[in-house]
Amino acid sequence: MEQATISVVDNVIHCRGSWTLPHLSKLERGGRALRWPDSPTVLYDAGEVTAMDTGGALILQRCIDGVRRKGQQTALQGLKPEFTELLRKVETQWSRPERGVSVRGAGWMAGLTRAVQSRHVSAIRALAFVGESTIAFGRAVTRPRSIRWRSLLRIVELDGVRALPITGLLTFLVGVVIAYQGAEQLRKFGTNIFIVDLVGISLLREIAPLIVAILIAGRSGSAYAAEIGTMKVTEELDAVRTLGISPMNLLVLPRALALVIALPLLTVYADVVGVFGGMLIALGELNVSFVEFIARFEEAVPVRHFLIGLGKAPFFAAIIALVGCYQGFQIRGGVDDVGRHTTISVVQGIFLVIVFDAICSILLNWWDL
Amino acid sequence: MISATETTTPIIEVNHVATKFGQAVVHEDVSLSIRRGEIFAIAGGNGSGKTTLLREIIGLITPSAGTIRLFGIDSRRLEAEDGRPIHRRFGVMFQHGALFSSFTLAENVAVPLREHTTLSAGLIRDIVAAKIAMVGLPPDSAAKYPNELSGGMRRRAALARAIVMDPELLFLDEPTAGLDPIIAAGFDDLVLSLKGLLGLTVVMVTHDLDSLWRIANRVAVLGRGKVLGVGTMQELFRSDDPVIREYFQGPRGRAASGQAAWNHERREA
Repeated sequence: MEQATISVVDNVIHCRGSWTLPHLSKLERGGRALRWPDSPTVLYDAGEVTAMDTGGALILQRCIDGVRRKGQQTALQGLKPEFTELLRKVETQWSRPERGVSVRGAGWMAGLTRAVQSRHVSAIRALAFVGESTIAFGRAVTRPRSIRWRSLLRIVELDGVRALPITGLLTFLVGVVIAYQGAEQLRKFGTNIFIVDLVGISLLREIAPLIVAILIAGRSGSAYAAEIGTMKVTEELDAVRTLGISPMNLLVLPRALALVIALPLLTVYADVVGVFGGMLIALGELNVSFVEFIARFEEAVPVRHFLIGLGKAPFFAAIIALVGCYQGFQIRGGVDDVGRHTTISVVQGIFLVIVFDAICSILLNWWDL
Repeated sequence: MISATETTTPIIEVNHVATKFGQAVVHEDVSLSIRRGEIFAIAGGNGSGKTTLLREIIGLITPSAGTIRLFGIDSRRLEAEDGRPIHRRFGVMFQHGALFSSFTLAENVAVPLREHTTLSAGLIRDIVAAKIAMVGLPPDSAAKYPNELSGGMRRRAALARAIVMDPELLFLDEPTAGLDPIIAAGFDDLVLSLKGLLGLTVVMVTHDLDSLWRIANRVAVLGRGKVLGVGTMQELFRSDDPVIREYFQGPRGRAASGQAAWNHERREA
């Protein structure tokens, strides 16, 4: 197919060739390099234009408009009748300057205003969600028959039982790592037996519950956001509402309660597996036998450390479940919104878990626990 | 631009296509040929494989047997590297629009231009604005996101994206499904006017009896895994095939044909 060209000979602008998309970028550059005639009337000869599409018509129209703006008259001749209609439409309907479409958004001030407004709104929404779920929880506790036990147990299986291998492996490795790092220092002072205190207290009180919570935030919190969000996009949530079922009861409560049950159980399991990892390293690196380790464990690690770690787990669970579900309900638009809110649910879940843990540490320290 | 051989050879050839999804047989033996410059409609009941056939023609799925040629090229090659240039020559409007939800309307329409051409940003903006006006959308809708548009507007936006490259061939999947009668009729008019203006060949899958009567030059009716009949609406209306009779002469078919006849008389008068 031949090139599209534009050239000036004796105050006549000659347009030739195929004015179609594949040739337009060259044509545009050619037009810019052209020296436009400065006679009072400029004639366009388009007799040799063999093809023209919308883009080609737009370029021709731009050239004509440019000349007209300089106060010159224009005349067009020879354009094939099948292209005149397109050019006429382009001229009269589609390229008025006020019709120019800006692809860019508004300025930064507008952006800031929008950001502040949306933060404000979402803070209120989050508060409302916490309130609603608390009420739903209160109702469920007074009327346990209203809880959907079947779906609750299914979620305990999916998010608790099926998470056993990965949480076990992870806390085992963390136990190993802590023991290794401790062993190095303790050996220097000849206080090998204190490895029990180090591994026992740090794992039971802080690390095992945190590791489990972070894992579950990534594994289940994200799933809740994506599930509920997809249900929203596909109008399933609307169907649930019109059938007279509360999404709170159907979706949020079973998930939150299931995690509140599963997370403490996972934490106990993680405690056991993590301490076992520490025991192995204590034996290998510091010659502390299993019997010595367990005997020391009983006197060095008071049961309150275990209880504090365990006591935090249900709160972590509630935070993760509520953040996940809340983010799911926030999804409005389409597919990319699902991805965005899923990410937010994980980041916010982990963030709030750690903040809560820090507050606990400060308070417990105050009360000398 | 269009050589003589191109006008006589069909733009799409479907030869003995069979499609099976596991046990389910969608097409047993389907053959069609679509000529340049016509509005060709594929009709048929729900589950007769209309949309599947469309997806096979545009290379999204591969038939179990048989061949499909699009511009003389095997549609199986469309996804391959040498099939890429073919994609510039046709546009597809999907049933639900399939607009990219993270882009504004204008950005959606601009995607093919940005991907396939090296035009300046200014010219792309102008072409996009022209196409948005061409499909009858107001200029201020350009900055909106798909979820801020109504169903009819989304349909028009999808059409603008499908024709932004000035394709030779336009595929429409259920273009008027779910639109109110006024907007649906407006959409038919829009397709007709764009066909005249841009010299399009249009292939559409539709249930809409009114738009079959109004804008289709030829119609193929699919059923029982085969093509039950091909021809103009008048020819199909007189067909003896029981399924085609049921389809076009049922209560709704009669109403649509009566409406078409009335429109025709009014135009004559």
